[in-house]
Amino acid sequence: MRLTLLQKILWACAGVGLVAWLGLIVAIDYQGHDTAKPAADEKSELRPEFRLVSNTGQAVTEAAWPGKWLLVFFGFTNCPDICPTTLSDVAAVMDALGSAHDGIQPLFITIDPERDRVENVARYVAAFHPGIVGLTGDASAIAAAATSFHVYFEKIQQEGAPDGYTMGHTTALYLVNPAGEFIRTYSYGTPVEDIVRDLKERL
Amino acid sequence: MRAFIYAPLMAIALACLASASASGAGSESARIVVEKQWARASIGTSRPSVAYMTIGNNGKTAAVLIDVATPAAARAEVHESNTVNGIASMQPAGPITIPAGGSVRLRPGGLHMMLIGLNRPLQKGDILPIALHFKSGATITVEVPILSIRAKGPEN
Repeated sequence: MRLTLLQKILWACAGVGLVAWLGLIVAIDYQGHDTAKPAADEKSELRPEFRLVSNTGQAVTEAAWPGKWLLVFFGFTNCPDICPTTLSDVAAVMDALGSAHDGIQPLFITIDPERDRVENVARYVAAFHPGIVGLTGDASAIAAAATSFHVYFEKIQQEGAPDGYTMGHTTALYLVNPAGEFIRTYSYGTPVEDIVRDLKERL
Repeated sequence: MRAFIYAPLMAIALACLASASASGAGSESARIVVEKQWARASIGTSRPSVAYMTIGNNGKTAAVLIDVATPAAARAEVHESNTVNGIASMQPAGPITIPAGGSVRLRPGGLHMMLIGLNRPLQKGDILPIALHFKSGATITVEVPILSIRAKGPEN
């Protein structure tokens, strides 16, 4: 049997389609595994730890603010939507707590150390609230910090994005008590008044 | 003294009323209604900023937003933040269909206009013109007030 040119082209298309379909199935499966990482029941075992550099250029660890609760957010300064919204919430929480905010240390930890050096992070956090400390470090220090919080992040190549990439990341706020124990998360979009009420009960 | 207090409020009200000016083909410009528009002030020009708005369609057929542009940025694109299992990522949203009689809301944590390659810092209090190009060929230019970097919605 001889195939006409048209038949050959159609068979080739069918072949490409099959490969693409199989690829898609594998990709979806892979994504499913990735996004399932931070399971809720693992959180109680969290022991947040980090060795990073603050927005004033100082080396800091999780023990740098004795007696304070840490309110921690992982993000990146090139993020125009989720990150400014969450830092605005943190700023509003600090304002609403009044003098009680002395007991809270909000931290912004970049998951994009490639672009977010000390100076960048300093300008960024200062635009939201003078009390927020921004932290950066080398890629391995950032990865270690994120792992200790069970925070997930990934670099996503994207045509047209600034510098050709964007970041995917866990959006929750993490609360750590003065003993360094993970207490809870506040998921993205938790109303400011709910966070304030919860913190007031703990302070 | 009282006029002094009300003048800025009046200015804001007028700006809102007069905010959407339209040009282009067909009746698209008349049936598209944009409200609750705002943009977030930027820190310098090296990072992207963002604009939000509600685009309503009073017409009898769907309207499709295919492109957005502003003189303040090299590029503007509608993107969407998606949060799956607490992990957010962002991707270009493609054409946005505004159903007949319906509306599409761009808001924090969802659809938003990324303003990439700013020509100048976006200053709180300034107005940012954004052109919305529709599939029909119509273009609507929206005057978008720039709010604080801490703003979370059109009201603050």
